[in-house]
Amino acid sequence: MKDLIWLLPLIPLIGFVILGLLRKRLPKTLISIIGCGTILVSFLLSCGIFNQVYQLRSQGGDGVLLQQVFNWFTVGNLSIDIGFLVDPLSAVMLLIITGVGFLIHLYSVAYMSHDEGFGKYFSYLNLFIFFMLLLVLGSNYLVMFIGWEGVGLCSYLLIGFWFKKTSYAKAAKKAFVMNRIGDLGFLIAMFFILVNFGSLEYNTVFSQASALSSGDSTLLVITLLLFIAAIGKSAQIPLFTWLPDAMAGPTPVSALIHAATMVTAGIYMIARSNIMFTLSPVTMEIIAIIGVATALIAAFIAITQNDIKKVLAYSTVSQLGYMFLGLGVGAFTGAFFHVITHAFFKALLFLGAGSVIHGMSDEQDMRSMGGLKKYMPKTFITMLVGTIAIAGIPPLSGFFSKDEILAYAYQANPIFWVLGFIAALCTAFYMFRLLYLTFYGNFRGSQQQRDHLHESPWQMTIPLIVLALLAFFGGAINLPAALHGNHWLAEFLSPVFAQTNAVAAPFALSHATEYVLMAASSIGALVMAFIAYTKYVKKSAIPGTDDAASERTLYKLSYHKLYVDECYDALIVRPLDKLSTVFHQFIERSGIDALVDGIGGIFGSSGKGIRLLQSGYVGFYLFMMVLGVVAFMLYGLLTI
Amino acid sequence: MDNIIQNMQGIPLNHYLIFCSIIFVIGVIGVLIRRNVIIIMMSIELMLNSVNLLLAAFSAYRGDAGGQVFVFFIMALAAAEVAVGLAIIIMVYRNTKSVDIDSLTKLRW
Repeated sequence: MKDLIWLLPLIPLIGFVILGLLRKRLPKTLISIIGCGTILVSFLLSCGIFNQVYQLRSQGGDGVLLQQVFNWFTVGNLSIDIGFLVDPLSAVMLLIITGVGFLIHLYSVAYMSHDEGFGKYFSYLNLFIFFMLLLVLGSNYLVMFIGWEGVGLCSYLLIGFWFKKTSYAKAAKKAFVMNRIGDLGFLIAMFFILVNFGSLEYNTVFSQASALSSGDSTLLVITLLLFIAAIGKSAQIPLFTWLPDAMAGPTPVSALIHAATMVTAGIYMIARSNIMFTLSPVTMEIIAIIGVATALIAAFIAITQNDIKKVLAYSTVSQLGYMFLGLGVGAFTGAFFHVITHAFFKALLFLGAGSVIHGMSDEQDMRSMGGLKKYMPKTFITMLVGTIAIAGIPPLSGFFSKDEILAYAYQANPIFWVLGFIAALCTAFYMFRLLYLTFYGNFRGSQQQRDHLHESPWQMTIPLIVLALLAFFGGAINLPAALHGNHWLAEFLSPVFAQTNAVAAPFALSHATEYVLMAASSIGALVMAFIAYTKYVKKSAIPGTDDAASERTLYKLSYHKLYVDECYDALIVRPLDKLSTVFHQFIERSGIDALVDGIGGIFGSSGKGIRLLQSGYVGFYLFMMVLGVVAFMLYGLLTI
Repeated sequence: MDNIIQNMQGIPLNHYLIFCSIIFVIGVIGVLIRRNVIIIMMSIELMLNSVNLLLAAFSAYRGDAGGQVFVFFIMALAAAEVAVGLAIIIMVYRNTKSVDIDSLTKLRW
């Protein structure tokens, strides 16, 4: 199985090529079979590879499968290979990417069935899976970077899928540009790594890095730059505004890219480079602060949003903030555990929202929904599971992962725990608000929408059910010791974080403290769910109709997304626009165009002048001929 | 034979040179100035014949028969050229109804 690792990203790539070239000629069933089939095959291969890693781990080994595919180039003493590394971390990521990816492909078959760009959609999705697989499978930073950039590209292509609408195209451009700002950080970090460690291969870099002392300035620079890359890719402050706008893309795209896989690439990268980060406590502080700030601010904005997808988008930003908080306080396993559970419940929530939107004839505003639970029972049950999971109510998966992060946060600094706790309260509130506004109460939409309301087809409900089961039981993979669990995931991933665990302070909270923290977050979530119930079901408060509340400053701040977009527009976008207008006027038009057109003009006008020689008068030609002969003779005379 | 040559050399070669040059120049000026294409053809003939004369003179003075051989070539060539040239002039006349060289101005920009 180790020798087949290279097949894993290749199959979706072939799917992309076939679907990309033949998208207009193949029937829809064939496109769906090819599109979903490639990912299914990749999933089966991932299962096989995971199994092999699992066997290796159970036998006490490190569970590392390394395959060097070929040497890409060698310049001087720099040698870059295309190599694939599978270790416990990437094995789990493989399962998530291909597994959740397959479910989303299946879902898309029904969701996008009326779209004319059906083949293009599946080819882009396959391309995305290819790049994402490349990202997690790379054995050096350069292959990861190829995947990194590639998923950014696919994000652009898929967000702007319905490009004929200008605002969607602008959202795609915004996502891509913000991603690229982060990519610059990645690139410069790679240069630093190359200069200091001589190679980009993980094994070489990490073994050399672990020999350095804590607080080393080279590592500080490298990790800060890598974190900037993660900020761009995983939508942290200040580069998070692209993610809510990215909801312009089709909902399965939001589920796949902006919930389960691409945005978690930043966390994966930091988890992979854990030793470098552990040896840079300053960077870890910054990561934790930015993480918790993002979690809090995004949760604050999500409370007042009325578009169902925007709520989920800000929820994603907030949960990503949690993951970075986890990374920043040293809970690498906890953060990765949260990646896994988040992939399950967030994909579930997005797909459920897509199901609702599909049933509501493409209506996304929650103010027009209501009482959908009797029309769409399967969607309702699965979204209920997802909401309970994300709110962190035991025994669903979200509780375990979030609590692990919060426990580590409490150990690092109780303030982190308090802020994380407040964000968790907000999360529970806005998620239950979403649930109640959408599914409870009376239907507030138009008669036309009511007639069209229907439960979604099996291709959409089966993935929902599968994801709901995963979200429900997913916590079992990493039950903490305080609850008599075996912490299986932490054990499984321990070789990946071995160097970190040798250096970092171990987890030292007593079980009693843990119980208190767990109880606090569970009760808090339940209380917020109850408050939301009182407000939105008992009192049937529909947002947007209560004028007194909507005039309050906090509400306005939250509703207008803290005016961050407007800030960026005024500080960055408009000055750049003016600058580019100036450049266009003076350098482009008066400078370069004048030069190039001038050269053309010279030839034109000289041609016009010389043309007059060809007057057609034979006598003139004869005269010139005689002059020429005379000139030749004179020349001959004078040089002999 | 020597008698003829000696009698020939009574007129110095320079005279022949200058004479032929003058006739050549008259031919050139005729080509450049005259507007009637037939006169231009005549002037071209004049140029060719002046060269013939000079070649024959050189051949006589140096006792080399090669010059006179070349004269034959030039005469044959002149005949052929006149044949073709007159044919062209006739076609031009049929199309433009004139033998004025200034009427042929179509090959211009």
